[in-house]
Amino acid sequence: MKIAISISGNKLESPFDPRFGRAAAFCLVDSETGEWTSHENPALSASGGAGVQAAQFIAKLGAQAVISGAYGPKAFDTLSPAEIEMYLAPIDETLTAADVLALFKTGKLSKTAAATHEGHHGAAH
Amino acid sequence: MRIVVASGKGGTGKTTVATSLALTAGDSVRFMDCDVEAPNAALFLNPKLDTRKEVGIQLPVVDEALCTHCGKCAEVCEFHAIAVIGKKILVFPELCHGCGSCTLVCPEKAISERLDVMGVLESGMTPSGMDFAQGVMNVGEPMAVPIIRELKKWTPAHPFEIEIRDAPPGASCPVVETMRNADFILLVTEPTPFGLHDLKQVVGITHELGIPSGVIINRDGIGNNAVEAYCDEAGLPILLRIPMERRFAEAIASGRTLVDTALEYRAAFETLLQVITARVAK
Repeated sequence: MKIAISISGNKLESPFDPRFGRAAAFCLVDSETGEWTSHENPALSASGGAGVQAAQFIAKLGAQAVISGAYGPKAFDTLSPAEIEMYLAPIDETLTAADVLALFKTGKLSKTAAATHEGHHGAAH
Repeated sequence: MRIVVASGKGGTGKTTVATSLALTAGDSVRFMDCDVEAPNAALFLNPKLDTRKEVGIQLPVVDEALCTHCGKCAEVCEFHAIAVIGKKILVFPELCHGCGSCTLVCPEKAISERLDVMGVLESGMTPSGMDFAQGVMNVGEPMAVPIIRELKKWTPAHPFEIEIRDAPPGASCPVVETMRNADFILLVTEPTPFGLHDLKQVVGITHELGIPSGVIINRDGIGNNAVEAYCDEAGLPILLRIPMERRFAEAIASGRTLVDTALEYRAAFETLLQVITARVAK
Protein backbone atom coordinates (compact mmCIF):
# COMPACT_ATOMS: atom_id res chain seq x y z
CA MET A 1 0.00 0.00 0.00
CA LYS A 2 1.26 3.47 -0.90
CA ILE A 3 1.10 5.87 2.02
CA ALA A 4 1.72 9.63 1.95
CA ILE A 5 3.19 11.02 5.17
CA SER A 6 3.28 14.79 5.72
CA ILE A 7 6.87 15.81 6.46
CA SER A 8 9.11 18.84 6.74
CA GLY A 9 12.19 17.74 4.80
CA ASN A 10 12.90 15.37 1.95
CA LYS A 11 13.54 11.91 3.35
CA LEU A 12 12.11 9.15 5.51
CA GLU A 13 14.15 10.40 8.48
CA SER A 14 12.73 13.93 8.13
CA PRO A 15 10.50 15.28 10.90
CA PHE A 16 6.80 14.50 10.70
CA ASP A 17 4.80 17.66 9.79
CA PRO A 18 1.41 17.42 11.52
CA ARG A 19 -0.25 19.85 9.07
CA PHE A 20 -1.87 18.35 5.98
CA GLY A 21 -2.66 21.15 3.48
CA ARG A 22 0.30 23.27 4.56
CA ALA A 23 2.80 20.43 5.04
CA ALA A 24 6.20 21.28 3.57
CA ALA A 25 6.35 17.97 1.68
CA PHE A 26 5.03 14.44 1.49
CA CYS A 27 7.01 11.24 1.78
CA LEU A 28 5.39 8.52 -0.34
CA VAL A 29 6.22 5.11 1.12
CA ASP A 30 5.36 1.64 -0.12
CA SER A 31 4.48 -0.19 3.11
CA GLU A 32 5.36 -3.59 1.61
CA THR A 33 8.72 -2.85 -0.02
CA GLY A 34 9.78 0.14 2.12
CA GLU A 35 10.66 2.11 -1.02
CA TRP A 36 10.03 5.83 -0.66
CA THR A 37 10.12 9.07 -2.62
CA SER A 38 9.71 12.64 -1.38
CA HIS A 39 7.63 15.37 -3.03
CA GLU A 40 7.40 19.07 -2.21
CA ASN A 41 3.83 20.12 -1.46
CA PRO A 42 2.64 22.52 -4.20
CA ALA A 43 -0.14 23.77 -1.87
CA LEU A 44 2.34 25.19 0.65
CA SER A 45 2.08 28.68 -0.88
CA ALA A 46 -1.56 28.53 -2.01
CA SER A 47 -3.56 31.61 -1.06
CA GLY A 48 -6.53 29.41 -0.21
CA GLY A 49 -7.79 25.89 -0.71
CA ALA A 50 -4.47 24.32 0.33
CA GLY A 51 -6.22 21.20 1.64
CA VAL A 52 -8.00 20.70 -1.69
CA GLN A 53 -4.81 21.11 -3.66
CA ALA A 54 -2.71 18.86 -1.41
CA ALA A 55 -5.39 16.15 -1.55
CA GLN A 56 -5.41 16.18 -5.37
CA PHE A 57 -1.63 16.13 -5.34
CA ILE A 58 -1.26 12.99 -3.22
CA ALA A 59 -4.10 11.32 -5.15
CA LYS A 60 -2.13 11.87 -8.36
CA LEU A 61 0.93 10.39 -6.69
CA GLY A 62 -1.14 7.25 -6.22
CA ALA A 63 -1.44 7.34 -2.43
CA GLN A 64 -4.06 4.98 -0.99
CA ALA A 65 -3.64 6.28 2.55
CA VAL A 66 -2.28 9.40 4.18
CA ILE A 67 -0.83 10.05 7.63
CA SER A 68 -0.96 13.56 9.04
CA GLY A 69 -1.84 15.32 12.27
CA ALA A 70 -5.03 17.10 11.22
CA TYR A 71 -7.47 17.33 8.31
CA GLY A 72 -9.63 20.37 7.54
CA PRO A 73 -13.14 20.06 6.13
CA LYS A 74 -12.19 20.65 2.49
CA ALA A 75 -9.20 18.29 2.69
CA PHE A 76 -11.53 15.68 4.20
CA ASP A 77 -14.19 16.25 1.50
CA THR A 78 -11.58 15.84 -1.25
CA LEU A 79 -9.77 12.81 0.19
CA SER A 80 -12.98 10.91 1.05
CA PRO A 81 -14.37 10.43 -2.48
CA ALA A 82 -10.87 9.48 -3.63
CA GLU A 83 -11.06 6.68 -1.06
CA ILE A 84 -7.77 7.70 0.48
CA GLU A 85 -7.73 6.58 4.10
CA MET A 86 -6.85 9.33 6.56
CA TYR A 87 -4.76 8.28 9.55
CA LEU A 88 -3.93 10.50 12.50
CA ALA A 89 -0.47 10.49 14.07
CA PRO A 90 0.39 12.25 17.36
CA ILE A 91 1.31 15.93 17.00
CA ASP A 92 4.86 15.40 18.24
CA GLU A 93 7.81 17.31 16.78
CA THR A 94 10.32 14.65 17.78
CA LEU A 95 8.76 12.02 15.49
CA THR A 96 10.21 11.30 12.06
CA ALA A 97 8.32 9.95 9.06
CA ALA A 98 9.99 6.59 9.73
CA ASP A 99 8.67 6.62 13.33
CA VAL A 100 5.18 7.42 12.08
CA LEU A 101 5.41 4.59 9.54
CA ALA A 102 6.44 2.19 12.32
CA LEU A 103 3.42 3.26 14.40
CA PHE A 104 1.20 2.64 11.37
CA LYS A 105 2.65 -0.82 10.74
CA THR A 106 2.06 -1.86 14.35
CA GLY A 107 -1.56 -0.73 14.17
CA LYS A 108 -1.11 2.18 16.61
CA LEU A 109 -2.68 4.84 14.38
CA SER A 110 -6.41 5.40 14.03
CA LYS A 111 -8.37 6.54 10.99
CA THR A 112 -10.47 9.67 11.12
CA ALA A 113 -14.05 9.62 9.88
CA ALA A 114 -14.50 13.40 9.95
CA ALA A 115 -12.56 16.64 9.59
CA THR A 116 -10.52 17.34 12.71
CA HIS A 117 -10.96 21.12 12.74
CA GLU A 118 -12.88 24.01 11.20
CA GLY A 119 -11.89 25.54 7.86
CA HIS A 120 -9.54 28.51 7.70
CA HIS A 121 -11.51 30.37 5.06
CA GLY A 122 -14.33 32.92 5.51
CA ALA A 123 -17.98 31.99 5.97
CA ALA A 124 -19.61 29.97 3.21
CA HIS A 125 -21.97 31.70 0.84
CA MET B 1 -16.74 62.34 -15.66
CA ARG B 2 -16.49 59.77 -12.88
CA ILE B 3 -15.55 60.99 -9.43
CA VAL B 4 -14.85 58.61 -6.53
CA VAL B 5 -15.02 59.86 -2.95
CA ALA B 6 -12.68 57.77 -0.78
CA SER B 7 -10.85 58.18 2.51
CA GLY B 8 -9.05 55.20 3.97
CA LYS B 9 -10.20 55.87 7.50
CA GLY B 10 -13.91 55.37 8.11
CA GLY B 11 -16.10 58.18 9.37
CA THR B 12 -14.07 61.05 7.89
CA GLY B 13 -17.03 62.40 5.89
CA LYS B 14 -17.07 60.57 2.53
CA THR B 15 -20.84 60.43 2.38
CA THR B 16 -21.12 64.03 3.65
CA VAL B 17 -18.94 65.19 0.76
CA ALA B 18 -20.34 62.82 -1.89
CA THR B 19 -23.98 63.73 -1.25
CA SER B 20 -23.34 67.48 -1.17
CA LEU B 21 -21.23 67.27 -4.31
CA ALA B 22 -24.01 65.35 -6.05
CA LEU B 23 -26.67 67.88 -5.04
CA THR B 24 -24.47 70.71 -6.32
CA ALA B 25 -23.71 69.10 -9.66
CA GLY B 26 -27.08 69.70 -11.30
CA ASP B 27 -29.35 67.54 -13.42
CA SER B 28 -27.22 65.01 -15.21
CA VAL B 29 -25.75 63.33 -12.14
CA ARG B 30 -25.90 59.73 -11.14
CA PHE B 31 -24.93 58.52 -7.70
CA MET B 32 -23.58 55.09 -6.71
CA ASP B 33 -23.15 54.02 -3.12
CA CYS B 34 -20.34 51.50 -3.40
CA ASP B 35 -20.03 50.96 0.37
CA VAL B 36 -21.96 47.74 -0.06
CA GLU B 37 -21.32 46.51 3.49
CA ALA B 38 -23.04 49.56 4.98
CA PRO B 39 -24.55 51.83 2.31
CA ASN B 40 -26.05 54.94 3.87
CA ALA B 41 -26.02 57.75 1.30
CA ALA B 42 -29.71 56.95 0.75
CA LEU B 43 -30.39 58.35 4.23
CA PHE B 44 -29.37 61.79 2.91
CA LEU B 45 -30.59 61.65 -0.70
CA ASN B 46 -33.87 59.80 0.00
CA PRO B 47 -34.23 57.94 -3.32
CA LYS B 48 -37.33 55.90 -4.06
CA LEU B 49 -35.63 52.52 -4.52
CA ASP B 50 -38.16 50.80 -6.76
CA THR B 51 -35.85 48.50 -8.73
CA ARG B 52 -34.14 45.50 -7.18
CA LYS B 53 -31.84 42.95 -8.75
CA GLU B 54 -30.07 40.02 -7.13
CA VAL B 55 -26.35 39.90 -7.85
CA GLY B 56 -23.40 37.67 -7.02
CA ILE B 57 -20.92 35.42 -8.74
CA GLN B 58 -21.34 32.60 -11.24
CA LEU B 59 -20.55 29.24 -9.68
CA PRO B 60 -19.65 26.23 -11.84
CA VAL B 61 -22.14 23.39 -12.15
CA VAL B 62 -20.64 20.24 -13.63
CA ASP B 63 -22.63 17.81 -15.76
CA GLU B 64 -21.23 14.49 -14.54
CA ALA B 65 -22.50 12.74 -17.68
CA LEU B 66 -20.26 14.89 -19.91
CA CYS B 67 -17.23 15.19 -17.59
CA THR B 68 -14.24 13.03 -18.54
CA HIS B 69 -12.26 14.00 -15.39
CA CYS B 70 -9.46 15.42 -17.50
CA GLY B 71 -8.66 17.86 -14.68
CA LYS B 72 -8.18 20.99 -16.82
CA CYS B 73 -10.70 22.94 -14.69
CA ALA B 74 -8.86 22.07 -11.47
CA GLU B 75 -5.52 23.04 -13.04
CA VAL B 76 -6.74 26.45 -14.17
CA CYS B 77 -8.46 27.35 -10.90
CA GLU B 78 -6.21 29.64 -8.91
CA PHE B 79 -8.36 29.25 -5.81
CA HIS B 80 -8.67 25.42 -5.78
CA ALA B 81 -12.44 25.82 -5.82
CA ILE B 82 -12.87 22.91 -8.23
CA ALA B 83 -11.10 19.60 -7.71
CA VAL B 84 -10.84 16.46 -9.79
CA ILE B 85 -9.86 13.41 -7.84
CA GLY B 86 -9.99 10.02 -9.52
CA LYS B 87 -13.38 9.83 -11.20
CA LYS B 88 -14.93 12.45 -8.96
CA ILE B 89 -15.30 16.19 -9.43
CA LEU B 90 -15.89 18.52 -6.47
CA VAL B 91 -16.87 22.19 -6.32
CA PHE B 92 -16.16 24.30 -3.21
CA PRO B 93 -18.42 27.35 -3.50
CA GLU B 94 -16.76 29.20 -0.59
CA LEU B 95 -13.42 29.19 -2.45
CA CYS B 96 -14.85 30.26 -5.84
CA HIS B 97 -14.30 33.83 -7.06
CA GLY B 98 -16.61 33.41 -10.06
CA CYS B 99 -13.93 34.09 -12.68
CA GLY B 100 -15.37 31.58 -15.15
CA SER B 101 -11.99 30.07 -16.14
CA CYS B 102 -13.14 26.49 -15.52
CA THR B 103 -16.15 26.96 -17.81
CA LEU B 104 -13.89 28.39 -20.52
CA VAL B 105 -11.25 25.65 -20.47
CA CYS B 106 -13.58 22.63 -20.24
CA PRO B 107 -13.08 20.77 -23.55
CA GLU B 108 -16.32 18.80 -23.08
CA LYS B 109 -18.49 21.87 -22.34
CA ALA B 110 -19.57 20.02 -19.21
CA ILE B 111 -19.59 23.13 -17.02
CA SER B 112 -22.49 25.54 -16.86
CA GLU B 113 -22.93 28.33 -14.33
CA ARG B 114 -25.49 29.35 -11.76
CA LEU B 115 -25.80 32.65 -9.94
CA ASP B 116 -24.73 32.50 -6.30
CA VAL B 117 -26.61 35.42 -4.79
CA MET B 118 -24.40 37.60 -2.58
CA GLY B 119 -26.52 40.73 -2.36
CA VAL B 120 -28.86 43.06 -4.22
CA LEU B 121 -28.61 46.19 -6.33
CA GLU B 122 -31.28 48.76 -5.53
CA SER B 123 -31.92 51.77 -7.72
CA GLY B 124 -34.37 54.59 -8.24
CA MET B 125 -34.77 58.32 -8.36
CA THR B 126 -34.23 60.91 -5.64
CA PRO B 127 -36.81 63.69 -5.05
CA SER B 128 -34.42 66.09 -6.82
CA GLY B 129 -34.44 63.89 -9.92
CA MET B 130 -31.04 62.23 -9.49
CA ASP B 131 -30.49 58.60 -10.55
CA PHE B 132 -29.35 56.66 -7.50
CA ALA B 133 -28.12 53.09 -6.99
CA GLN B 134 -26.62 51.16 -4.13
CA GLY B 135 -25.30 47.68 -3.56
CA VAL B 136 -26.35 45.84 -0.42
CA MET B 137 -24.24 42.83 0.49
CA ASN B 138 -25.89 39.95 2.35
CA VAL B 139 -24.78 39.59 5.97
CA GLY B 140 -21.95 37.09 6.32
CA GLU B 141 -20.67 37.35 2.74
CA PRO B 142 -16.87 37.50 2.59
CA MET B 143 -16.50 39.24 -0.80
CA ALA B 144 -17.76 42.75 -1.67
CA VAL B 145 -15.99 43.14 -5.02
CA PRO B 146 -18.47 41.13 -7.16
CA ILE B 147 -21.32 43.33 -5.91
CA ILE B 148 -19.40 46.56 -6.60
CA ARG B 149 -18.49 45.26 -10.06
CA GLU B 150 -22.17 44.66 -10.84
CA LEU B 151 -23.15 48.04 -9.38
CA LYS B 152 -20.72 49.76 -11.75
CA LYS B 153 -22.55 48.17 -14.71
CA TRP B 154 -25.80 49.90 -13.69
CA THR B 155 -27.08 52.09 -16.54
CA PRO B 156 -30.09 54.25 -15.77
CA ALA B 157 -32.17 55.57 -18.65
CA HIS B 158 -30.97 59.16 -18.38
CA PRO B 159 -27.60 60.12 -19.81
CA PHE B 160 -25.11 61.42 -17.26
CA GLU B 161 -22.37 63.98 -17.24
CA ILE B 162 -21.14 63.33 -13.75
CA GLU B 163 -21.06 60.03 -11.89
CA ILE B 164 -20.29 60.12 -8.18
CA ARG B 165 -19.23 56.95 -6.37
CA ASP B 166 -19.21 56.86 -2.61
CA ALA B 167 -16.40 54.40 -1.77
CA PRO B 168 -16.19 51.99 1.15
CA PRO B 169 -13.66 52.80 3.87
CA GLY B 170 -10.33 50.99 3.94
CA ALA B 171 -7.67 50.44 1.31
CA SER B 172 -8.30 46.92 0.05
CA CYS B 173 -9.97 45.24 -2.95
CA PRO B 174 -13.44 46.87 -2.64
CA VAL B 175 -11.85 50.34 -2.65
CA VAL B 176 -9.65 49.45 -5.62
CA GLU B 177 -12.66 48.14 -7.54
CA THR B 178 -14.63 51.32 -6.75
CA MET B 179 -11.75 53.48 -8.05
CA ARG B 180 -11.06 51.50 -11.21
CA ASN B 181 -11.88 53.47 -14.40
CA ALA B 182 -12.62 56.70 -12.43
CA ASP B 183 -11.40 60.08 -13.69
CA PHE B 184 -10.75 61.69 -10.32
CA ILE B 185 -10.45 60.59 -6.69
CA LEU B 186 -11.56 62.95 -3.96
CA LEU B 187 -9.83 61.97 -0.73
CA VAL B 188 -11.66 63.02 2.41
CA THR B 189 -9.53 62.98 5.52
CA GLU B 190 -9.38 64.43 8.98
CA PRO B 191 -6.27 66.19 10.31
CA THR B 192 -5.32 63.48 12.81
CA PRO B 193 -2.57 60.84 12.85
CA PHE B 194 -5.24 58.20 12.19
CA GLY B 195 -6.63 60.16 9.21
CA LEU B 196 -3.15 60.69 7.80
CA HIS B 197 -2.07 57.08 8.21
CA ASP B 198 -5.03 55.78 6.21
CA LEU B 199 -4.90 58.65 3.70
CA LYS B 200 -1.38 57.56 2.72
CA GLN B 201 -2.67 54.07 2.00
CA VAL B 202 -5.36 55.24 -0.43
CA VAL B 203 -2.98 57.72 -2.06
CA GLY B 204 -0.85 54.65 -2.83
CA ILE B 205 -3.80 53.08 -4.65
CA THR B 206 -4.46 56.23 -6.71
CA HIS B 207 -0.80 56.22 -7.79
CA GLU B 208 -0.98 52.55 -8.69
CA LEU B 209 -4.10 53.18 -10.79
CA GLY B 210 -2.73 56.42 -12.24
CA ILE B 211 -5.81 58.47 -11.35
CA PRO B 212 -5.45 62.17 -10.31
CA SER B 213 -6.64 63.05 -6.84
CA GLY B 214 -7.19 65.92 -4.40
CA VAL B 215 -7.81 66.18 -0.68
CA ILE B 216 -10.64 67.54 1.42
CA ILE B 217 -9.83 68.18 5.06
CA ASN B 218 -12.93 67.62 7.15
CA ARG B 219 -13.17 68.58 10.84
CA ASP B 220 -10.52 71.16 10.09
CA GLY B 221 -9.10 72.68 13.26
CA ILE B 222 -8.75 69.48 15.29
CA GLY B 223 -5.61 67.34 15.48
CA ASN B 224 -2.37 68.64 14.01
CA ASN B 225 -0.79 69.95 10.79
CA ALA B 226 0.70 66.66 9.62
CA VAL B 227 -1.91 66.09 6.89
CA GLU B 228 -1.14 69.50 5.38
CA ALA B 229 2.58 68.86 5.54
CA TYR B 230 2.13 65.49 3.85
CA CYS B 231 -0.09 66.94 1.08
CA ASP B 232 2.45 69.67 0.50
CA GLU B 233 5.30 67.19 0.24
CA ALA B 234 3.35 64.74 -1.93
CA GLY B 235 2.06 67.45 -4.27
CA LEU B 236 -1.57 66.71 -3.38
CA PRO B 237 -3.85 69.74 -3.70
CA ILE B 238 -6.09 70.55 -0.73
CA LEU B 239 -9.33 71.42 -2.50
CA LEU B 240 -11.64 72.19 0.41
CA ARG B 241 -11.62 72.53 4.19
CA ILE B 242 -14.71 71.90 6.26
CA PRO B 243 -14.28 73.14 9.82
CA MET B 244 -15.29 71.21 12.91
CA GLU B 245 -18.62 72.80 13.80
CA ARG B 246 -21.40 71.55 16.02
CA ARG B 247 -24.15 72.59 13.56
CA PHE B 248 -22.67 70.31 10.87
CA ALA B 249 -22.56 67.35 13.21
CA GLU B 250 -26.14 67.99 14.29
CA ALA B 251 -27.33 68.26 10.67
CA ILE B 252 -25.61 65.04 9.58
CA ALA B 253 -26.96 63.24 12.65
CA SER B 254 -30.49 64.17 11.61
CA GLY B 255 -30.06 63.17 7.96
CA ARG B 256 -29.53 66.62 6.43
CA THR B 257 -26.78 67.27 3.91
CA LEU B 258 -24.06 69.86 4.31
CA VAL B 259 -25.24 72.03 1.39
CA ASP B 260 -28.80 72.07 2.76
CA THR B 261 -27.56 73.01 6.22
CA ALA B 262 -25.00 75.66 5.37
CA LEU B 263 -25.99 77.40 2.13
CA GLU B 264 -22.55 78.99 1.78
CA TYR B 265 -21.21 75.52 0.94
CA ARG B 266 -23.18 75.47 -2.32
CA ALA B 267 -20.70 77.92 -3.77
CA ALA B 268 -17.78 76.04 -2.25
CA PHE B 269 -18.90 72.75 -3.82
CA GLU B 270 -19.55 74.46 -7.16
CA THR B 271 -15.98 75.75 -7.13
CA LEU B 272 -14.75 72.29 -6.11
CA LEU B 273 -16.53 70.75 -9.09
CA GLN B 274 -15.03 73.34 -11.46
CA VAL B 275 -11.54 72.64 -10.11
CA ILE B 276 -12.03 68.90 -10.53
CA THR B 277 -13.37 69.35 -14.07
CA ALA B 278 -10.37 71.48 -14.97
CA ARG B 279 -7.93 68.95 -13.49
CA VAL B 280 -9.57 66.07 -15.36
CA ALA B 281 -9.51 68.03 -18.62
CA LYS B 282 -5.75 68.60 -18.30
